[in-house]
Amino acid sequence: MTATADVKELKGVAAEAPLAVKDQTPFRRFLSDFAESKVAVAGFFGFLIIVLIAILAPWISPTNPYDLATVDILDSRLPPGESMMTGTVAWLGTDGLGRDMVSAMFYGLRISLGVGAASGLVALCIGVCVGLASAYFGGRVDTVIMRIVDLQLSFPAILIALVLLATLGKGVDKIIIALIVVQWAYYARTVRGSALVERSKEYVEAAMCLGLSHNRVVFRHLLPNVMPPLIVVGTVQVAHAIALEATLSFLGIGLPVTEPSLGLLISNGFEYMMSGKYWISIFPGVALLVTIVSINLVGDRLRDVLNPRLAR
Amino acid sequence: MSVYIIRRLLQAVLVVAAMSVLVFAGVFMIGDPADILISDDADQAERQRLIESLGLDLPVHMQYLRFLAKALQGDLGTSFVFNEPALLLILDRMPATLELAFSALLLAVVFGIPLGMWAGLKPDSLASKSIMAGSILGFSLPTFWVGIMIIMIFAVMLGWLPSGGRGTTRELFGIDVSFLTVDGLLHLVLPAVNLALLKISLAVRLTRAGTREVIHQDYVKFARAKGLHPRRIVLVHVLKNILIPVITVLGLEFGSLIAFSVVTETVFAWPGMGKLIIDSINQLDRPVVVAYLMITVCMFIVINLIVDLLYSLLDPRVRLQDVKG
Repeated sequence: MTATADVKELKGVAAEAPLAVKDQTPFRRFLSDFAESKVAVAGFFGFLIIVLIAILAPWISPTNPYDLATVDILDSRLPPGESMMTGTVAWLGTDGLGRDMVSAMFYGLRISLGVGAASGLVALCIGVCVGLASAYFGGRVDTVIMRIVDLQLSFPAILIALVLLATLGKGVDKIIIALIVVQWAYYARTVRGSALVERSKEYVEAAMCLGLSHNRVVFRHLLPNVMPPLIVVGTVQVAHAIALEATLSFLGIGLPVTEPSLGLLISNGFEYMMSGKYWISIFPGVALLVTIVSINLVGDRLRDVLNPRLAR
Repeated sequence: MSVYIIRRLLQAVLVVAAMSVLVFAGVFMIGDPADILISDDADQAERQRLIESLGLDLPVHMQYLRFLAKALQGDLGTSFVFNEPALLLILDRMPATLELAFSALLLAVVFGIPLGMWAGLKPDSLASKSIMAGSILGFSLPTFWVGIMIIMIFAVMLGWLPSGGRGTTRELFGIDVSFLTVDGLLHLVLPAVNLALLKISLAVRLTRAGTREVIHQDYVKFARAKGLHPRRIVLVHVLKNILIPVITVLGLEFGSLIAFSVVTETVFAWPGMGKLIIDSINQLDRPVVVAYLMITVCMFIVINLIVDLLYSLLDPRVRLQDVKG
């Protein structure tokens, strides 16, 4: 085992671990804490289903909405429940080009979640490295990095995304870049904050006294201990990223028409809404809403469970 | 104090310079600027003449300096679509955006503070719980989605309010405004509510937290012991003390209202500068995009600076000298 584990164990004994939870693994305890909130559990399963739909979209969709051979313009704007020319029932109606809304939404979810997750993951890696470096080395490195972070956070995310997309242009890669630039600062600030607290603790000092390399101290000792707040910020940020991507795509400056995310589907349906054809816009909107709210519910609960100050 | 202001100003200049490089690179370096800036109808001789007059044959750093010099003189190019100076075009649309943003700010104060106080004074009542649940929704729902829903319900299904545009405007000090006519006010309601929703949620949370903190202070207990009417305690003793931080934070958020008005204006077809920038991006009207970005960033820097300074005036505990420049 690593030195961290040993040191932690020593600390645990010294602090007299609570008796009741002695036979539980930390993960079990975490699960039972989390499950105390029924709403959060519902949110988690909601999110799980959404992720499964997104991953399995090509296999579970009733039709392939982007296969031009099967899409028929005569099917356009069918209300929910009508059958299409191919005989498939469009349970949620069809859009202006005759695509089945259920299938379009499944594929849209795939793109929305993919963009959100990809940008979140890269931003997380960048933010963690920058934040850890800032806290570990301190001094001038810290000052410069935190100035940049503060400066960026003083502008609203949507404005930064607008600047980038206006100069870079449309595209999946462009929007992922924009979302990374928007998000990294949040991660960096969070990681730096909790890493500063951890850095002054004895186990880090002990690790440094053992003459371990910078890399080892930072990644094996500091990083695992700053994970909890990071997980909370990460969940909330993914929801933000998905909402922001939807907003930008709705404005027509995000994803190209060939890559229709939920935001683009909503935008496509917006023009038909005035004439009472509500389903083209509303159903993707509901899907987006369920996604964002269920992620936020999970994030909210995680914050309560992982916050040591609220621990019972 | 003056050292702090000078530092902040220097920082502001640096940000503007960085922005100008980014925008310049984005607009003039990616792709061939000649293709973007010169219309396809121009023949070869015309094209050559324009390239020379636009300075596109100069080395990059010279081009940038030229762009900067022109920008400093207020010349940010001419719109291809409207054939008007880009700066004037944006200044022309600015009153509509400011009207919308101020209305939203007003709504946030008028609704957010009383609701937040209610939630803070009676935290266990059903009404308070609904208010807090509503504020969570207000935070997590995307603005454009709420906008669509509002249009769907109030304009399409109920038909109570118009769904887009500015309505009849009347001139006030030489600027067209909507809120002086009945028709204009009706047009203003939905977009203002849409834009305000996020800020109302914020105001509710801040006020609630502030109220719960203040209510346990000694001076409130003393006022109660003195036998003052509960209404007087709430309206004078409590309200006065939570107002300053709430108003300050809302003021800070004014900039983000202008940024978010891009979304609301597009949904409600409100003819402000937010809608202009989206239209311009889609029509590849680069000079307008450049002008908008430069103006908005400058506006933000000024707003941030003013808020920081005001904060130190309102709350003497914040000492600017202590803030690391």
